[in-house]
Amino acid sequence: MTETGALASGTWLHPSLLLILGTLVIPFLRGRVQQGYRLLLSLVFLWVVWTIAPGTYGSLQFLGLDLVPGRVDTLSLVFAYVFSLITVIGTIYSLHLKDNVQHVAALIYAAAAVGVVFAGDLVTLYVFWELMMLASVWLIWRRRTPQSYAAGMRYLLVHTASGVMLLGGIALFYTQTGSIAFEQIDITGPAFYLILIGFMINAAVPPLHAWLSDAYPEATVTGAIFLSALTTKTAVYVLIRGFPGTELLVWMGAVMALWGVVYAVLANDIRRLLAYHIISQVGYMVAGVGMGTAIALNGSASHAFTHILYKALLFMGAGAVIHMTGKSKLTELGGLYRYMPYTFLLYMIGAFSISAFPLFSGFVSKTMVVEAAAVDYRMWIWLMLSMASAGTFLHTGLKLPYFTFLGRDSGLRPQEAPWNMLLAMGIAAFFCVFIGVYPAWLYGFLPAPVDYNAYTLDHLFWELQLLLFTGLGFFLLLKHVGGEPKISIDTDWLYRRALPATARWVGDRGGAAWQGLLTLSRRSIAAFVTGLARHHGPGSVLARTWPTGSMVLWVAIILAGSLLIYYV
Amino acid sequence: MSRFLEYLVKNARPLTWVMLALMALLVIADVFIPTGYGRFPFDSIGGFGALYGFVSCVLIIVVSKLLGYAFLYRSEDYYDDALPDGRPRAGAPEPPEKRDD
Repeated sequence: MTETGALASGTWLHPSLLLILGTLVIPFLRGRVQQGYRLLLSLVFLWVVWTIAPGTYGSLQFLGLDLVPGRVDTLSLVFAYVFSLITVIGTIYSLHLKDNVQHVAALIYAAAAVGVVFAGDLVTLYVFWELMMLASVWLIWRRRTPQSYAAGMRYLLVHTASGVMLLGGIALFYTQTGSIAFEQIDITGPAFYLILIGFMINAAVPPLHAWLSDAYPEATVTGAIFLSALTTKTAVYVLIRGFPGTELLVWMGAVMALWGVVYAVLANDIRRLLAYHIISQVGYMVAGVGMGTAIALNGSASHAFTHILYKALLFMGAGAVIHMTGKSKLTELGGLYRYMPYTFLLYMIGAFSISAFPLFSGFVSKTMVVEAAAVDYRMWIWLMLSMASAGTFLHTGLKLPYFTFLGRDSGLRPQEAPWNMLLAMGIAAFFCVFIGVYPAWLYGFLPAPVDYNAYTLDHLFWELQLLLFTGLGFFLLLKHVGGEPKISIDTDWLYRRALPATARWVGDRGGAAWQGLLTLSRRSIAAFVTGLARHHGPGSVLARTWPTGSMVLWVAIILAGSLLIYYV
Repeated sequence: MSRFLEYLVKNARPLTWVMLALMALLVIADVFIPTGYGRFPFDSIGGFGALYGFVSCVLIIVVSKLLGYAFLYRSEDYYDDALPDGRPRAGAPEPPEKRDD
């Protein structure tokens, strides 16, 4: 396969390039033609990605660097497959939308994400990495509220930091090894950590995660689908590729899984709740990367695949509610099941999937990561991940739908979501159930051969008990679990409040000190000037006009004096 | 479709009892059917999953709410991107007439 790839390299068209070039036509089309074109473009992209044979494509020399834009292997394909699938689903979901900026941005963003997973070298990876950021921020800004503008700016700043770390790490890596090939990063020193931190920021690993829960709830309804799918999962891919078996990541992942759960308890905005559960779910993947065994890495890759589909489905459900009601807070929603029954049911399929109920997709992927922890006898990790599972069902499967679709009647009387939104949700829901019922399909293209069966009696007993008794706890504590009209501060508080306050404090104090210094120096300058004026100013001693006669008199006196001295 | 949901909501009480009965059966089955799960000292104990799920749920809610009230909760306008008099901060765009989406 590699040889055919090398032979074809001269004529190979990178799927990302194809998609990016394709988007350039979008602004010139209108109405139904444009809708049809966008759908067709995403389907062509899907077809191209799903028919690529593994191999190395399009390698070239540039400025003495060996660029490999097309390294296609089983690991990159898992991610490329699901990215292209979600591009089609996201396009259908946004079919009704008339905003060319968003259409172009979303598709370039997807193209860049596929570019990252096909990049065989760090320079190509970096270019697509930055392109992802530049394209995705428009999906936040195009909400066109002051909040989304500010959140987009913060998003941009955090990801710029990630980009700078990555670039610095790549430069150091190159000077250390003389190569830019992107394989497992097995060097020591700052390059290792710079690249790792750059990746961890995009994977939203605490404490570097707050950009996600800050920005995603402010994004446009349709843009959030792409955002929820792409950025964190490309980061999971590069972590699997570059840092498998990094022990630090096991614990970071487990903490991450619980961190998201805690904040989801406090969340009131439905998409913020879901955003925190992205962090929680990516925690499983990061922990799997850290464990680094074949089953763990398979678990991470498969969980990324299923996660993208069910998380997009959940975001689409929440987005449909926001689109139809204009409300996004649990305290303002309720009783919508009568008016949006299909949205409700489709959302619940996503919720059962993320909660890892048997017969839904999360069950066949999440339990693989948890099983990987058990196989390694990592008891605390296993307990933490299991607890996070309970928390996932608690919020995404119970709290959000109960207080949005059931619960008290909020008085809102929305229509059902438009057909294209329901269709997109239906496709995602189909895959959630299909993978849950027939996991062999997904297991068939994982990076390593799968020797794991989710449907054993012990998994079923354990998972069902865990989830159903979580449900019992929820209904017993129902009075205390609803949303509250509050927000909760996270680590973004540091750069939204603490740093500006410090800067203001330093600014105020520094300003005062500077003013004092100025006053002091002004006073001494003034004294100096006054002194000068006293002696040299108009009418002062040294500036007086002296009559010639007095000068002659003084000359005579001096002469007389000198004569006297001379004779004495 | 909504008629089906309406039916479920109307019969919430009997359905709850059915659910609870199923959950009890599940625990009983776990106690009596050996599953061969034995990596940790506790996972072969029948019904441990149920206990852990319930305890996890309560713990998550209680600990999170405590953290919320003690440290994390703020009023909704805490981060408001507007000045105290309601004007948007310099640099922020004018609020649009309507949200596109």
